[in-house]
Amino acid sequence: MIKVENLTKTFGTKRAVDNVSFNVARGEVLGFLGPNGAGKSTTMRMITGFFPPSSGKITVGGFDILEQPIPAKRLIGYLPENAPAYTDMTVHGFLDFTAEIRGLRGDAKKSAINRVVELCFLNAVLHQNVDTLSKGYRHRTCFAQSIIHDPDILVLDEPTDGLDPNQKHEIRQLIRKMGETKAIIFSTHILEEVDAVCTRAIIIDRGAIVANGTPEELRRKSEWAGAVTLRLNGVPANAVQEKLNHLRTAKKVSTATNGNRVTATVFPRTAGDGDLTREVIEATNGWQVEELRTEEGRLDEVFRNLTLPDTKN
Amino acid sequence: MNSFGNIKTIAKRELLAYFSSPVAYVFIVIFLLLNGFFTFMVGGFFERGEASLANSFFMWHPWFYLFLVPAVGMRLWADERRVGTLELLLTMPIAPWEAIVGKFVASWLFLGLALVLTFPVVLTVNHLGSPDNGVIFAAYVGSWLMAGAYLAVSCITSAVTRSQVVSFIVSVVACLFLILAGFPPVINLLQSLTHNWQWLVDVITSFSVITHFDGFQKGVLDSRDIIFFLSVIGFSLFTTSVILRTHRTS
Repeated sequence: MIKVENLTKTFGTKRAVDNVSFNVARGEVLGFLGPNGAGKSTTMRMITGFFPPSSGKITVGGFDILEQPIPAKRLIGYLPENAPAYTDMTVHGFLDFTAEIRGLRGDAKKSAINRVVELCFLNAVLHQNVDTLSKGYRHRTCFAQSIIHDPDILVLDEPTDGLDPNQKHEIRQLIRKMGETKAIIFSTHILEEVDAVCTRAIIIDRGAIVANGTPEELRRKSEWAGAVTLRLNGVPANAVQEKLNHLRTAKKVSTATNGNRVTATVFPRTAGDGDLTREVIEATNGWQVEELRTEEGRLDEVFRNLTLPDTKN
Repeated sequence: MNSFGNIKTIAKRELLAYFSSPVAYVFIVIFLLLNGFFTFMVGGFFERGEASLANSFFMWHPWFYLFLVPAVGMRLWADERRVGTLELLLTMPIAPWEAIVGKFVASWLFLGLALVLTFPVVLTVNHLGSPDNGVIFAAYVGSWLMAGAYLAVSCITSAVTRSQVVSFIVSVVACLFLILAGFPPVINLLQSLTHNWQWLVDVITSFSVITHFDGFQKGVLDSRDIIFFLSVIGFSLFTTSVILRTHRTS
């Protein structure tokens, strides 16, 4: 549905987005991750046709966003960063306006407004002015605007920003549900959302894509992926170190002692092949093992490694 | 959906926005008070004893509009940029020119409404004498066109900046130029500065709204004057679209 090829955007001498390419198909929810100022919003603004790219090509549902902007924009629902809305209108007036500009009239307009009011829990504030709304309500009003025409494509710039945990949960549920039939891109810097919602994630840093894959694939890049953590009782820490360090597939071992108990983590040489877990179990034969688990890898660590300037390779 | 529908939707929203805040009512009241005061107190409507509105009523309009029209136009684009709704508006399936025309038309209709509400002065002059209502009608048309030209200039300044105050000041200065370009002391100054290059002086003075409004006040609907106002509007709206595009590219 969305095809981005060699997208570049420069502001003066600064390259905000640098040669970015990716696709999003129907049924996919693409998480767009990156530190602040990495180029997430700029990329989204180009996809939605607000900024023209400096070079590169964007097609939305088969329409080039520069050559056929209007049919392309018809397919997109967009929630801009900070969720802007006309402050001098009521929630209902605002939704009525956006429905009308999306070409909805009469009963179709009425039922579209009722649908999004229900989905976004806006009933309580329907006739309130937008500038009197709390941040959460304003955010949901703008979100409602983006789905009012039931678009095939959704571009959401930080859709859960400024919401309380319950509202976040609701919005994520909604995104995941809509993701089954739509193509969705959403940006966030909350990593737990990637697991909760995304089918795929892209990490972008200083304008360039540094990782692109399913959440599992990204997690496997972590040194924690496939690591084994075990808690032992009555075994000295140096004995544990000694034994586990000599395992064929172990890279390093870290231990922490708490009274009689030792917690050890064994990191694998290569992530996620399962051999390490087996070897650890064999090696600990005879020890009193209270707990043993294989780590899945940590997204936050992958994120930090890929986006911190000093550790970036 | 067609362009007309889009323009209508945008204009409707804009008009509702005017009336949902006190700005519209304050504007109309001030406009009417100024008109009443200048027509009857300064313009000497009764003392003149003429069955006409030209010298007591319409002659003030270029000066009222100088301050009042930029006040109406200053928020048009500056506010959209400040609040961030510009991003929303320009990612909707509409052409940018439809948004520009829609917003302009809404404000222009609003100014038209304010102008229509001055009808008591027409009733008064008809009650006291028998004026040529055709002349009065022509002058109303001219006044509205002139307001449109000022408004289009305000659109440009409003698109340039996020700040309504800056937009207001710059557009007052620009509109002042439109008035002063036909002002005799300014013409004399121009002639001495340009060493009597008459063509250049003519070009500059032909930009003055006063010379073009003159015909309407005498009851003449001259196509050249109409074209002048419409082309100022057209050019200004085009410039607005260029400015809005520049914001997005750089």
